[in-house]
Amino acid sequence: MNAALQKAITTLITSMADDALILGHRNSEWTGLGPIMEEDIAFSSMAQDKIGHAWALYRILQEHLGGEDPDQFAFIRAAKDFTCCHLAELPISSYDFSLMRHFLFDHAEAVRYESLQQCSFEPLQQLSKKVKGELKYHTLHADAWVLQLCRGGEESQQRMQAALDRCFPLAAGIFEPGPQDALLADAGIYPGEQTLYDKWLNTIYPLLVNASLNLPDPAAIPPQYGGRYGNHTPHLQALLQEMGEVFRLDPTAGW
Amino acid sequence: MSNQSYDPRVNRLKLGNADDPIKVEEGENWNVYEVFHQEKRGAHHEHVGCVHAPDPQLALVFAKEQFGRRKKCVNLWVVRSADILAFDLEDEDMFANNLEKTYRDASGFKVMDKINKFKGEAVKPPKA
Repeated sequence: MNAALQKAITTLITSMADDALILGHRNSEWTGLGPIMEEDIAFSSMAQDKIGHAWALYRILQEHLGGEDPDQFAFIRAAKDFTCCHLAELPISSYDFSLMRHFLFDHAEAVRYESLQQCSFEPLQQLSKKVKGELKYHTLHADAWVLQLCRGGEESQQRMQAALDRCFPLAAGIFEPGPQDALLADAGIYPGEQTLYDKWLNTIYPLLVNASLNLPDPAAIPPQYGGRYGNHTPHLQALLQEMGEVFRLDPTAGW
Repeated sequence: MSNQSYDPRVNRLKLGNADDPIKVEEGENWNVYEVFHQEKRGAHHEHVGCVHAPDPQLALVFAKEQFGRRKKCVNLWVVRSADILAFDLEDEDMFANNLEKTYRDASGFKVMDKINKFKGEAVKPPKA
């Protein structure tokens, strides 16, 4: 593998892993506060799955691409070196927001990992098979909740629509294109952000229609980009501060 | 009159006269669903507990994380607890076995000798 391709794959994996780590951490903030016990357990469990995905991706960086130790990479890096999207960084807000974020993000992840089942870089291809079942559950959970809350009366429906309106440009930012996209597509790594974005829209559209939600016009709303280039909302710094607080006490400690 | 709820986020069912049957209207309050767990394909689904859920689909979604996460699991069933018909506890005497009827227990049949003999024959190598 040449150096340019190696760098491009590293960029892709880092973004995926940072998204999973940051959103996994965010969603875990609901633990103990979920709307009911059953949902609390389910949402916490899925947050753990996300941390697991992040760890698996950081391990691929370390083992195959000359990356750092996953713990060091996750806890010591500066905010500007993270390449997560803005959607993942925002505070949990209310449950309608968190649930809509979960719905949009996990469908995006499902589309991405599905495309990676044909990936020419074997570690990613194998990971995509491993996480398939988990993502199937995550999207089932998200779909069931979105439908349930959209049929839960006028106020509920309005709140879900407002959450969608707020999340949509942020979620479109998951698919921020980068200069490495063409190289990765040519090398058979994955089809590129634009293709995934179109597939994602095709997946979520019928689900939203079924829930009587209006998808904001994708052409009229600029996606919230920046995260992939290290430009973040102020929320990321605060989150990293808290996330790494214990780790930084003694970065060499064994657990 | 609304019940004093243990959970302020949940509106509880309004109770009428003590004599009225309590009925949970669809969507008015959450139902309890019994969860049945299958450990491997072909095995019986076994009752493992229950979840609260607004509909059967979400009951399954919840059951998966409550009961399918630790032990090996290949499938789950959920059934609305209200749809289960059970005998009255008072009628437990129906199940009491008459001591004089031990001949009805399967253990009454002396067949193990025959079975063991048959098994012994099955593993014997074929005669040359």
